Amino acid sequence: MADAPEQRKVFAPWLDTTQKPLIRFENVTKRFGDYTALDNLTLDIYEREFFALLGPSGCGKTTMLRLLAGFETPTSGRILIGGEDISHVPPNKRPVNMMFQSYALFPHMTVEKNIGFGLKQEGQSAEAINERVKEMLALVQLEPFAQRKPHQLSGGQRQRVALARSLAKRPTLLLLDEPLGALDKKLREKTQFELMTLQEKLGMTFMIVTHDQEEAMTMASRIAVMDKGVVMQLDTPSDIYEAPNSRYVADFIGNVNFIECTVISHNGQEYQLKDKQGNQFRLISEVQLETGSTIWLAVRPEKVIVSKEQPQGDVNAVQGIVWDIAYSGDTSTYHVRLPDGTTLKSEMANLRRVRNRPITWEDTVWLSWSLTAAVPLKR
Amino acid sequence: MQRQFDWGRFLLIAIPFLWLLIFFLLPFAIVVKISLSDTANALPPYVPTLNLSEGWSGITSFFSQLDLESFAWLLDDKIYFLSYLNSLKIAFISTLLTLLIGYPMAYGLAKAPQRWRTVLLMLVILPFWTSFLIRVYAWIGILKPEGLLNMGLMSIGLIDQPLAIINTPTAVYIGIVYSYLPFLVLPLYATLEKLDQTLIEAALDLGCSPIQAFWKVTFPLSLPGVVAGCFLVFIPAMGEFVIPDLLGGSDTIMIGKTLWSEFFGNRDWPVASAVAVVLLLSLVVPIVIFQRIQERQREAEA
Ligand SMILES: Nc1ncnc2c1ncn2[C@@H]1O[C@H](COP(=O)(O)OP(=O)(O)O)[C@@H](O)[C@H]1O
Ligand SMILES: [Mg+2]
Repeated sequence: MADAPEQRKVFAPWLDTTQKPLIRFENVTKRFGDYTALDNLTLDIYEREFFALLGPSGCGKTTMLRLLAGFETPTSGRILIGGEDISHVPPNKRPVNMMFQSYALFPHMTVEKNIGFGLKQEGQSAEAINERVKEMLALVQLEPFAQRKPHQLSGGQRQRVALARSLAKRPTLLLLDEPLGALDKKLREKTQFELMTLQEKLGMTFMIVTHDQEEAMTMASRIAVMDKGVVMQLDTPSDIYEAPNSRYVADFIGNVNFIECTVISHNGQEYQLKDKQGNQFRLISEVQLETGSTIWLAVRPEKVIVSKEQPQGDVNAVQGIVWDIAYSGDTSTYHVRLPDGTTLKSEMANLRRVRNRPITWEDTVWLSWSLTAAVPLKR
Repeated sequence: MQRQFDWGRFLLIAIPFLWLLIFFLLPFAIVVKISLSDTANALPPYVPTLNLSEGWSGITSFFSQLDLESFAWLLDDKIYFLSYLNSLKIAFISTLLTLLIGYPMAYGLAKAPQRWRTVLLMLVILPFWTSFLIRVYAWIGILKPEGLLNMGLMSIGLIDQPLAIINTPTAVYIGIVYSYLPFLVLPLYATLEKLDQTLIEAALDLGCSPIQAFWKVTFPLSLPGVVAGCFLVFIPAMGEFVIPDLLGGSDTIMIGKTLWSEFFGNRDWPVASAVAVVLLLSLVVPIVIFQRIQERQREAEA
């Protein structure tokens, strides 16, 4: 086609073995007293990546950023930026800037002075600083507020000042610690989009911390899902979602049903499984499963179809009773109680008005999913 | 709806006002009155005294005898002006010295590990458990020619003649700095302690060395504490009497000493009162400035 959009090159430097990582954590461990905040962490981050750290509170995300910024030193292991060990370079000498979780704007300086602070520190000329500050103010749309002090700004405006200040020095790496935490949903979504555009436009490497899985999914080139100082999985958003490597990751990202099964037999990539109740399931998976082993099937609720009639064809199906229906506008989630007392969830798009919904509480229904819908998890 | 008169609230506000009225405004009015009187060889040593038994004429004759003679006298003799000036100089220099010593102390306190802070704070407050007068006396024992300091220095051979410190302005500075140091350290510590540590990290992140971060962030943000501490030293130091009397020599003239000698030496109560009135009025200016700064600070924080 003549006017087809230009084919975009897939951005995946982590697959390219000739690429050198911008940042490398090499067996980094960080302890606070007896407490291990980061446990033998090894990972690479590439130039121009939008790298997200995702995990519950206290899992060590901020600690990782603080190690990169230079506010903490690793207990053991090395951190390399551009191939150079920076473990003992002080924060003011690193090509890294941070946008703090609390913004950390200087309360005694105007917006303009805040943004220009790092440039002035570099010893740039007044005109150069002025120009760059103007540029930054325009970027975050805060020109009318240049002469205000931080306490005269709203939460969203402060957040944008903090962003502008951390961008002003054009750092090789920008660290963002839960930058959008204080914003309401609408503004957060808008800002997420702005951040992505900005990152692409400036060609910088961003490393963002969040505990909001949707935020990570939307923005990141890759996500590291963390738990208790360990990276559980490091992958692209779609791989994390579609191919989680553990129940922890599957559960952390989005909604999921788990069914504990035993592998009975297999024929090539098609496996025969049995749950504790004796229900038999079929599964097509590239993952090698050992016959006789116990695994968990992870099925996303939106891949489970609820119906009154017994589904036909090549699907897995179980019967149950509608226990609860959670209505959330565009979709409804059906909680279906199985004979053994466990509950499976099915999320269906509300194609019709709720009043005309054919399925209601206490109905006996069928739940079904295709042979490729489930992911087998060994842990 | 009619509002009930709130007696509890009224009392709560009335008590401090009453306190000020009885223990400040009333005595001040009496001092002002004495400053407008004339000396007399009588008891009390001034005229007029109010005689209400004579009725209205008594009151008018009382007021007609009041004049500004004592204040005119303050302008006549250079000694008063010099005393004020010297007090100002001593108060200013000792405030500066106290700040130079107190700031590192407050900073150290604020940076000390949590478990040490209570102990260190106790050490700052501890001297208050002994009488102020006794502590100033103790300095005589330290500073006099055969005192601890000179003995110590001579025994380690640093000097072979005792240093003349006692009865000099130096001793007065030492006394004032020592006595008022906690008044500067405590408010400054309070300011530094609540300073957001991430601001310093932000400064480091943006390219400051630790020293630059101190001057660009910590120090400007600690100014409210600096101002509060300095005023708490400057104001009482200005009117200080005990320290220059005990530690200073006869050439260390300060307004507090001048006032004392007018009162007890010359028994000239009207002039002594006039000196006190002028001292108080001259202190009102810095006190009002201080209050304004504090108020503005509180507004900015709200
Ligand atoms: N300076 C410190 N001293 C002691 N413990 C710390 C320190 N900084 C972080 N921790 C601990 O390390 C763990 C990880 O913290 P952090 O990286 O801030 O988690 P988060 O993922 O929520 O950002 C937490 O349990 C925290 O209490
Ligand atoms: Mg955190």
